[in-house]
This record gives sequence, structure tokens and C-alpha cells, in this order.
Amino acid sequence: MEFVNTTVERSTVQLSKTDFESDQMVKWCPGCGAHAILNAVERVFPKIGYRKENFCIVSGIGCSSRFPYYVNTYGIHGIHGRAAAISTGVKISNPKLSVWMATGDGDSLAIGGNHFIHIIRRNVDVNILLFNNQIYGLTKGQYSPTTPMGKVTKSSPQGTIEHPFTVGELVMGAQGTFFARVPDNNINLMTEAMFEAARHDGTSIIEIMQNCVIFADKAHADITGKEMKDEAMLVVRNGEPMVFGKNHDKGLILRDTQLEVAVIGKDGITIDDILVHDQYNQDPGIQLMLAKLAPPNFPMIFGVIRSAMYPTYDDLVEEQIKYAKETSKIKNVDDLLNSGDTWEI
Amino acid sequence: MANKKRPVIEREDVVVKFVGDSGDGMQLSGTMFSDDAALVGNDMATFPDFPAEIRAPQNTVAGVSGFQVHIGSSKIYTTGDLVDVLVAMNPASLRANIKWAKKGATILTDTDSYDEKTIEKAGYKKDPLQDNSLDGFNVIKVPLTTLTKESLKELKIDNKTAERSKNMFALGILYYIFNRDLKPSFHYFEQKFKKKPELIEINKIVLQAGFNYAETMEAIKSVIQVAPAKMEKGRYRNITGNIGTAWGLLAASEKSGRPLFLGSYPITPATDILIELAKHKSLGAKVFQAEDEIAGICSAIGASYTGSMACTSTSGPGLSLKSEAIGLAVMTELPLIIVNVQRGGPSTGLPTKSEQSDLYQALFGRNGECPVIVLAASTSENCFYYAYMAAKLSLEHMTPTILLTDGYIGFGSALFRIPKMADMPPINPPLATANDPDYKPYKRNPETLARQWAIPGTEGLRHRIGGLEKEDITGAVSTDPMNHQLMTKLRAAKVEKVADFIPEQEIDGPKKGELLVVSWGGTYGAVHSAVQQMQKAGKQVSHAHFHYIMPLPKNTEKVLKSFKKIVVCELNSGQFVNFLRMKYPMPNICQYNKVQGLPFVISELTDKFNQLLEEK
Repeated sequence: MEFVNTTVERSTVQLSKTDFESDQMVKWCPGCGAHAILNAVERVFPKIGYRKENFCIVSGIGCSSRFPYYVNTYGIHGIHGRAAAISTGVKISNPKLSVWMATGDGDSLAIGGNHFIHIIRRNVDVNILLFNNQIYGLTKGQYSPTTPMGKVTKSSPQGTIEHPFTVGELVMGAQGTFFARVPDNNINLMTEAMFEAARHDGTSIIEIMQNCVIFADKAHADITGKEMKDEAMLVVRNGEPMVFGKNHDKGLILRDTQLEVAVIGKDGITIDDILVHDQYNQDPGIQLMLAKLAPPNFPMIFGVIRSAMYPTYDDLVEEQIKYAKETSKIKNVDDLLNSGDTWEI
Repeated sequence: MANKKRPVIEREDVVVKFVGDSGDGMQLSGTMFSDDAALVGNDMATFPDFPAEIRAPQNTVAGVSGFQVHIGSSKIYTTGDLVDVLVAMNPASLRANIKWAKKGATILTDTDSYDEKTIEKAGYKKDPLQDNSLDGFNVIKVPLTTLTKESLKELKIDNKTAERSKNMFALGILYYIFNRDLKPSFHYFEQKFKKKPELIEINKIVLQAGFNYAETMEAIKSVIQVAPAKMEKGRYRNITGNIGTAWGLLAASEKSGRPLFLGSYPITPATDILIELAKHKSLGAKVFQAEDEIAGICSAIGASYTGSMACTSTSGPGLSLKSEAIGLAVMTELPLIIVNVQRGGPSTGLPTKSEQSDLYQALFGRNGECPVIVLAASTSENCFYYAYMAAKLSLEHMTPTILLTDGYIGFGSALFRIPKMADMPPINPPLATANDPDYKPYKRNPETLARQWAIPGTEGLRHRIGGLEKEDITGAVSTDPMNHQLMTKLRAAKVEKVADFIPEQEIDGPKKGELLVVSWGGTYGAVHSAVQQMQKAGKQVSHAHFHYIMPLPKNTEKVLKSFKKIVVCELNSGQFVNFLRMKYPMPNICQYNKVQGLPFVISELTDKFNQLLEEK
């Protein structure tokens, strides 16, 4: 696959997973979905092929945010909710870095909601791994902005009374250019999405349906569980019809303005009637509909749902600086100090 | 321009204030008057005094906007306590400012603006021009609006456009009173209105008309001459404190070779720093207007980790929002320059007024033990130098630095002797070298206790840092109790070590004696002038003005102990005085405070100092 993103210097030697393993003890709970995400990242970084010194991982606070300590790259573990702001500074300051951000549903959608929507709106070239386990894990089990309505948690003993965010909807509402959704139990799908996120020049959000074994165990099991996934998950691929089901006999069609599930071979429906996925479409209309689909009436959509090309903030910063350097008479601080009205005494 | 008809009176210094409605162009008149004074060779200080609202209701006291200029033939330290010449464009501005007029001051006012409605709106019961309440002042009554329109009759422009230039008619009169040449202003119009040539003509005609009209006026008995000031040789310009701060940061970036990054959010009175730096992309400055104050500082921390000279600019409420992130910069031991242009607080407080009430916040306002370097600029012209020093110390000592200025010096302007970059002190950040086998993230230079700065992208230096407590030397995450104690001590010691690299505290006046006046930050002008006045009168008073607050200069205790009495003057309830008492417990430290959003006036200070000298 061709690489769109060319600002980051590539490695001259073939790197491997061991190049990215850190010497720190990984302290997530046994069975936590984060282990698989770490595994995926360590596998995909050598595949992406940048110099190992050009990766920089930024995080906020929460279980997800211990991530930088566990990968042998440059990294900074920030404060709660602010990873997107720190990442923005990292990328603007040095656009030659491949910036990755590890964050969670509490970190980015609650305390860091403002920074999250603004990094997306600006389209800063940062790859965001959003560990969505629908719970606050590190503070031991309070509900988060993605906890399903009515769920009993430690801070909602009678069930939550809040409408949860759908991450994809929020991302596209903020004019996101890249959105993928992956389960933590499918390492290939995770690495594929991460590779595509790296290729994409702009803010990439990968929502990882991650399992917290302690406080929200099996939160995603109804969708990503072994017995359920064939009927409850639809993995989209660009240019291919959107089919799912154990026998690959179901698919999505557009009837009037709504998506519908159709059965191939029933009511005259053929594979040609099934909607073909276009992740590169700049108009997010269908992509937004896809991001919102959920059981029981629909499968949940996985894979890269949107990846549209738009100018990035960091490229535009460089362009403006280049233009100013070429056209301004002020070339150094002595010029600046002596510019405008000055006089000799 | 020599004036033959009227006697010329030589004055050592004069304070002029232009006041009117927010839309009356008072800032422009004031700026032009002061630029012109600079050309004549006067020293000066200026201060714009405007309401928090952009366009408050017309003809009300709330909507009055002003610009004060203090010019002189010797060094000018303040914008002046009371005014000699007041230009008041309407009754409201007269009412709001008459209390600042000296006895016998000249008051120029637009009689066209006085009618029943405007007089009432201003809060007057009777017309102040008719009721003898201005007796004792030299009132120059001019129908400015009528005369301005008259002068533009031939141009056949609409009334509104014509009326809008009445500030230039007033300025023309003032130029006559101050014996000035109009040519520089003509030249200024030609530059400013390049794209609107009709405005060049209008302004020239009105300015000239005002000048000519003044020549014929009976009320003007004499003209004022302020001789050129004797100033150190060199190239000069006018500069506001906020622009000086912005330029000082640019200078430090160039000297250190680290590109400048500013992450900032608009807030009065600090916004001008953001605006100014955004203009200088040609110098490589990357300016990021963030979504909020927190993103401003956090983006700067990211940029600092990545090797930029990272800054964030704000005012008090914004500093509160940045507190947690300052802690992150302290823990990660990254350079970061935080500029706080103080205003009246708490909460939204007095956004456009000045105060020194954020000192505690700068010193202590964070969770955990979280020391940072704290500096304070003291004049509009030295904001440049202290911004430069804040950056130098932050970069060389790998620690966040807070630079305190305030709205008074930030908005105010003064003459600035242009330095040469070659003469600025060197800045050498402790960069780690590629593939250094001995590199450890928290290994320290024994002289400064600063760790090394390993820039992402550099070969062989991959490392992780963050807000969790770090193990000494390795920087690995550590919850070891003894390590935490050690690191707490090291972070404090690193900041204290800065005292080895800053100048000793100077004393203005005798090095020991009866009374030491202590001040810090933007009150320098008033306090210095008060002390100077008393010294001239033969009183035994000395003055120590602090720019370095955390750490304090090494000789601070010695300085304090050389005087029988110490008085610390601040525009707060006593924050620096308590800091000094904490560091150097002494019974003889007293204080003088004011929290009105206003600067000190010289007379209140001399009264206090005299009282202290008399008390036994």
C-alpha cells in the first residue's frame, strides 16, 4: 500500500517488534484488552517503517495512558484529558515525528472532551488510539461518557441516567477525517487500522472496543464475542460490498435515505444491490450512518469507516512559516528591533 | 516651529491625558502626541486607560476611554499621577477625569458635546461649563465638532466622516500649545492611510485647521516647551511592555537556537503578546491559539519536550487553569516560560486594571511541592530584558519559569534603547548528544542540577517522561518513599541553585541606614520617584526593587539586615512582604499596600515614608 504521509523519515534498516519493546514491567491486569493493543502497536511500528527515533507516544491519565512507558520510543505521559493538547504541541513543534496518542473514554470524551474535538477539527496529524472500555478503570469502576444508559456502576447504583456518546458520531461531528473501529480481540484488524491511520495525513481516531476484565467485563461481548461476532459485526473494506453474517449472506442497502439490512437471495436482492464501502468519500453522510449502526437491528461496523483527505494544521503551519520567511523583510531579531519608527539619540 | 506671538514657557515635564468616548479616537490621538514627543527628544511613558467593554453606551462615564502621556526633559519613570493638560471630548469624560487634573490645569473640551442629554447622562446636575465648578482651571472651550465640519466643507464629505476626525482638530490645538511641527504627523497619515487616500487629506486638513485656530485663540496665553531629555546615546523606539515581552522571547529563541513555540488563549491584558508573536512567523515563531488556557500550556509542554523554546502567555484566571500543567512541567523538568500579565482579581475581577495579587499563585499555587523560577519585570521597557532572562534561566536550568508583568506596564509604553543581539548574554540549553552511552533522563549537571534535554528524533536517546514521580537518574516511574523525598529535595534545590546565576540585589541610595523601601514588579516607577524625591529633600531613604523573586538574590538577607526599618510596598494585601518574612523572620519589616486596581501615586508613598521616618 502506498504511503500518503511523507513528512516522517523512514528507517534504512528493517526493524522488528523487539526494537519497540521497553524494559518496563507491564502493569495492566492479566486479561486486560490493553495487552493486545500493545502487541498490535509493537507489531505495526516496524511495518510502518519510520526510523524508531521518530515515533513519539503521548498519553493522558487512566489505564490506557500508561502506554508510553511500555513502548520503546520517545514518549510523554501527560495529565488527565490533555493528551490531545500535548500531542498538538509535539506535532506542530516537530512535524517530522510520527505522533501516537493513547487515551481512554474518560480521558478523551469526559475531562478532555474539548481538546479531543479541537484536535480533530484542526486535523493535526496525530494517530489517536482510543481505548473504549466504557468504564473508569484506574479509579475502580465509575461510569464514563460511553457507558450504556442504565448500567449499574459504582457511581450509578441505580443505573446511569446519561446518554452515552457514540465515538464515531462525535468524531464526524467535529469534522474528523479518519475514523476506524476495531475490537481488541482481533490483532490483524487492529494492526490494519493502525497502518491505515499512519498512512492518513491528518487526525486519525481508532476506537478500540477494549475489555476491562475487572470493572466492565464482557461489555463488548454481545458484539465482539466469539458466538456473536459473525452476526453482530460487519467489517468494512474499501471498494467492497458491505456484507456480514455467518454465511456472508447479509448486507447493507440504502433504501430512500435509510440504511437497511437485506438478505442476499431474498426479495430479488443480489450482491450487486449491496452498498459498496467508500472510506475516501469526503462527504461523511453514509460514513456517519455506518458509524452509528448498532445491534439489535443492525450489525456494528468495524474497520476503517472514514479516511478523507483534507489539509492538516501542521502542514499549513509550515506553509505559512515558509511564506513569511520568503517574503518578510524581517530576517532576524536585530531587524525586528530596528523595524518601524526608530531614531538616533 | 517657532512661535513669535506668545511667550514660551519651559517645563521639565508635562502630563497630558486624552479622554472621550470609546469611539472618539483617543488612543490614536495619544499615540500620535507621544510619538511626536519622542521625535522632539523627550523621554516619556504612556498608558492607555480603556473600559472593559468594547463600545460601552455613548456619553456615559462607563464608556470613557483615555490615553495618558507623561513627557519630560529628564528620565520619566511613571505615567504621572495628576495631569497638566486634559483633553475631554464630552461631559462624561470630563466628569470621569477632572479628579486627576492638577490645580490650574489646562482643560480643552468640545462645547458641541454639551447638551441637556449628555450632561445628564454624564451624571452632572448642571452644565459644568456654566456653573463655575471649573474655576481654578484654564478651560479652553472649543466647538470642536462644528469647526471640524467647517474645515472640511469644501471636500463635500458626509457629516459622520467629518465628525469622526474632530480628535485631530483637538490634537492640532495641542500641537500649537506644545510648539510642535505638524510635518511628522502628515507623514504618519500618509503611511497609515496608504490604502484610503481620502483619509490622508481629511486628517491633514483638520489637524492644520486645529493648529491655525489655536493661533487665534485668546484663551491660549503661552506655549509650552519641553526640552529634549539627556539620554544615553543610541537608537531608540517606543515600546509597550507586552510587545517588549514578545520580542524578548523572540530574542531568546534566536540566541538559544531553539525555535519559539507559543501556546496561548486570548485574555486581557495578555492578548497582545499572542497577537505580536503571531506576526513574526518569518523568525520561525510557531504560534498556536489553543481552545483554552489548559491546551495553551499543554501544547507548550509537548513542544518543549520536542525541543522548542516553549511559552504560554496569560493573565491571573488563566494561570489558575494552568496550575496542574505547570506541575507536569516541574515533574518532567522541561523548560517552559509562563508569562502572567497580572490584572485585578480574584475571579474575573478587574480585567483592564492592574494589580500584583498573583504573586502567591506564582510561588505556591500548585498541588504538591512544586517550585518554579519567578521573575518580575518592572517597566514597559525592561519587559524585553526580563522575558529574555526568564527564557535563559528556564532553558539553562530545565525548569518552568513564571514571568510576572502587569496590565499597567504591559499596556503602557516607554522609550526603549534598542539593544544589539550580539550584546545579549549567551543561552546554552543542556542538550543531550546523539548516541551518548551515558545518557540517563534524570542525570544532573552538578552545578545547576539541571537534567539534559534529549530531543525526540535524536538517535540513541529514546526515553519516556511523565507526571508520575521519577526515579533519580534513570527517570523510571518510582513510588519508592526515599526516592520521592530525594526528588522533592532535588527539584527545590535546582531552583535555589539559580541564585548562583543571577545578579545580587542592588540598593538605590545608602547601603545601610534608617529606612529601606522594598518593591517589586510594575510599581518601580512610582516607588523610585517617591524615594528620589525624598532623597533630594535630604531624607535617609534607600530603595531595593526586586526582579528576581524565586529564588531571591543571594545577598537579600544582608540587604534587609542593613536597615533599621523596612517597608515593602505592593499593589496587593502584602504577598511579597509575607514571603520575605517567611524567609527572613525580622520584626522590623512593615508594609504599605493598595488594592484598588490603580498604580501607586507618589504622594501617598512619600507620606508613608515620612511617617515611618518620624516614628521611633
